[in-house]
Amino acid sequence: MTTTAEHHALKTTPEVGGLGHSRKRVEDARFLEGRGNYVDDIVLPGMLYMAIHRSPVAHARIVSIDTSAAEAVEGVIAVVTGALLANYNLAWMPTMSGDTQAVLATDKVRFQGQEIAAVIATDRYIAQDAADKIVVDYEELEPIVNPQRSLEADAPLIRDDKEGQTTNQCYTWESGDKAATDAAFARADKVVSLDTHYPRSHPSPLETCGIVADVNSATGQATLYMTSQAPHAHRTVFALVAGLPEQNIRIVSPDIGGGFGNKVPVYPGYVVATAASLVIGKPVKWIETRTENLISTGFGRDYYMHGELAVTNDGKILGLRVDMISDQGAFFSDAQPTKFRAGLFHIVTGSYDYPVAHVTTRGAYTNKAPGGVAYRCSFRVTEASYLIERLVQNAAYELGIDPAEFRMKNFIKKDQFPYLSPTGFVYDSGDYEAALKLAMEMVGYDEIQKEKEQARAEGRLVGIGVASFTEVVGAGHGDDYDILGLRMFDSAELRIHPTGKAILKLGVRSQGQGHETTFAQIVAEELGIPSSDIKVVEGDTDNTPYGLGTYASRSTPVAGAATAMISRTLREKAKKIAAHLLEASEDDLEWEVGKFYVKGDPASSVTIQDVAFAAYTNVPEGLEPGLEGVNYYDPPNMTYPFGSYIVVVDLDPGTGQWKVRKMVAVDDCGVRINPMVVEGQIHGGLTEGFAMSSMQYITFDDIGNCIGSNFGDYLIPTAWETPRFELGETVTPSPHHPIGAKGVGESATVGSPAAYVNAVIDALAHLGVRNIDMPVSADRVWSAMEEAKA
Amino acid sequence: MNVTVTVNGAERSADVEPRMLLVDFIRQTLALTGTHQGCDTTHCGVCTVLLDGVPIKSCTMFAVQVDGRALTTVEGLKQNGQLSAIQQAFHQEHGLQCGFCTPAMMLVGTALLEENPNPTEEEVRWAISGNLCRCTGYMNIVKSIQAAGAMKSEEVSA
Repeated sequence: MTTTAEHHALKTTPEVGGLGHSRKRVEDARFLEGRGNYVDDIVLPGMLYMAIHRSPVAHARIVSIDTSAAEAVEGVIAVVTGALLANYNLAWMPTMSGDTQAVLATDKVRFQGQEIAAVIATDRYIAQDAADKIVVDYEELEPIVNPQRSLEADAPLIRDDKEGQTTNQCYTWESGDKAATDAAFARADKVVSLDTHYPRSHPSPLETCGIVADVNSATGQATLYMTSQAPHAHRTVFALVAGLPEQNIRIVSPDIGGGFGNKVPVYPGYVVATAASLVIGKPVKWIETRTENLISTGFGRDYYMHGELAVTNDGKILGLRVDMISDQGAFFSDAQPTKFRAGLFHIVTGSYDYPVAHVTTRGAYTNKAPGGVAYRCSFRVTEASYLIERLVQNAAYELGIDPAEFRMKNFIKKDQFPYLSPTGFVYDSGDYEAALKLAMEMVGYDEIQKEKEQARAEGRLVGIGVASFTEVVGAGHGDDYDILGLRMFDSAELRIHPTGKAILKLGVRSQGQGHETTFAQIVAEELGIPSSDIKVVEGDTDNTPYGLGTYASRSTPVAGAATAMISRTLREKAKKIAAHLLEASEDDLEWEVGKFYVKGDPASSVTIQDVAFAAYTNVPEGLEPGLEGVNYYDPPNMTYPFGSYIVVVDLDPGTGQWKVRKMVAVDDCGVRINPMVVEGQIHGGLTEGFAMSSMQYITFDDIGNCIGSNFGDYLIPTAWETPRFELGETVTPSPHHPIGAKGVGESATVGSPAAYVNAVIDALAHLGVRNIDMPVSADRVWSAMEEAKA
Repeated sequence: MNVTVTVNGAERSADVEPRMLLVDFIRQTLALTGTHQGCDTTHCGVCTVLLDGVPIKSCTMFAVQVDGRALTTVEGLKQNGQLSAIQQAFHQEHGLQCGFCTPAMMLVGTALLEENPNPTEEEVRWAISGNLCRCTGYMNIVKSIQAAGAMKSEEVSA
């Protein structure tokens, strides 16, 4: 176990700013002066505005749509309906999971907030006024709001548009070995089970989704400025959906005001605005309101999970059994690899060593907004991590063992890596004991355990909760991981200019993660070019190599690897040029950050900048001029970041209110490129974990009205409620990543919810309380206490 | 209706619809896009500007209500080519990530420090509790505002 500083003796000076330097962020300059460039900041000549009319009901047949009053409003240019789009074969579009989704509803509405018609007008206010004047006549149908009801035989069919679809089941999927798992359960001394709902949540970046679609009718060029976490994949989707030639589509993803998975899917509004611009011949801007964002765009989670852990009396786990129903809403639009219908949920075996597991999953259509995006997580690893960490704590209670000790006893050991999990993952590296030990020291674990009893005697309740999570991030390898068939690789193009400065172009797209700062550090480390001499460019498909985008913590594991690899390729070429300049054999050259020198004669040297100039002015015979190149990196495996989080809560037995006294987070994401940026990512993730565990969720009433359609109902923690965090680190490099990094953007969102909830459950464990579903609000805590006493 | 308002020290005048929201006036009419819009309902605070030095949410005022008054937006923080203490502190302390809440956070911080040059952590957290951030967990925003306070105090005593 080491820290970044110990592990990684800095190879570069702060001026060069390679790996391990907390380099201040380059992108700050524009944001600090209000000079960022988000989609809604883009104004084009003659630009029109779009507003969408949405369904007020969750399930109904559309009898008629009357747009005449809207069309009569002065300033309205056009009203678009699904019938009109059908003429262009655009009334439906594919989702990222290979389902279809209505762009504008023609037959039925299937969730409250569904897009029915769009108004294009000269002004945003006029567009909204006119959209409100559209009159739709509905024949209401039974709304299906819970997935259990949805899967009953007599439930009305939601997706009657799909040929061959006779039930509301949208997928089934399983993983693991059923027979071997059943046998392990038959041998168990005890079986510990847990039923829990991971509620529907919404990523809610503060910037909503939007587009400025600019289709030039003279040239056929479509320039789409949009809130996109995956601009290249979106370009391909647009080519497929709209039938536009792909070379004529340019997606520009400008500054993005947070994404968290919400900006991975393609939404109907993007398609309608593009079609409108194509037909009208002018740029069209569409920016969601917050309510539109909350009620219609990609939500996260909504898994109903039943888990069982088979254990022995002496505290060993023998196996795991999980059955899960996911509520997918009206269209199956998870953005996740084709092979895995429930994402990477089968990583649910967690950080523990046992031979067998069996996971069964079913997806249900309901009359709710579609989504199931990986909300700050790698394809459902959040739900998986939550379930196993809750189960492990409950198992420890049943066995009368301390939950931390139970974890230590069952952890995959340091020398077992690479470790083949019972559901087929190959964990690359880890040292789970070290992370938990450090977290326990930092929080003062033993003292808190002692305090608990004393507190109860004084009428106070104290709880301590642990979560020792393992993530799986950085998709592909491309054989196993794809989006709509596109292999999940990523790319980096490095051009070193004659003056020794460089530009790095990436297939990924930051939404706040600081790529412009950190990716330059990778190049600086590999080539010795100061990071301040390297410009990083992303988000423009005409100007960057193809990549699958930024989500599922894949930028550092995949595009970061591509950056290191192309740097090394160029260093090889640089060596040939250096040999030429030094009139030495390549074999006689040594590399030291930023320069080549002749072995045994350090004075005979050339800098990387000298070599860069020579690459354009003085190359050896037979070598191509220039010092540029591109790398497409298809990772051999995923990376497996891990950590241990411990939360201490004080709980008021009179009201059920709980407050975090202390939150300690030890993360191991391998080598840290920029510790400052890594810590910032962890702070943010811990806050979103706190949000989900305590207040943030989307629910619906019996007829499918969305409760949580604005920030008055959908609660996001402010600085006042948010706990303070204490961070610790261990460093276990990824053995297959060129710089040993693993990715960290989502670890804290994945790992922390179980720690918060486990702490609350721990405060009530003596009463026999074993579960409270998130969000663990005061009223739910109070009810659980009352029920336990009864 | 005609609105005349002092924006970052300069007088600006425009003819606007009575129902035009102040945030749209700032972003569209004045083309000052550093002020953002995030929720339309006064909750998120990314539209915060200073009206006569006091933080207000510009999505919940009409442009006509600010006639004859003075606005400060993020574009007005830099003075004489020099970043203000709060801008420098947000950079030093990594107080921003996606940048969307940042202008508002800096303006609220600026107003707080005018009143209370050395706020405690609690006081900062209370002051910014009308402004949401999804990226930072507030830790470094709080630090940034406190650091800006310390910087300004040093300047005064120097």
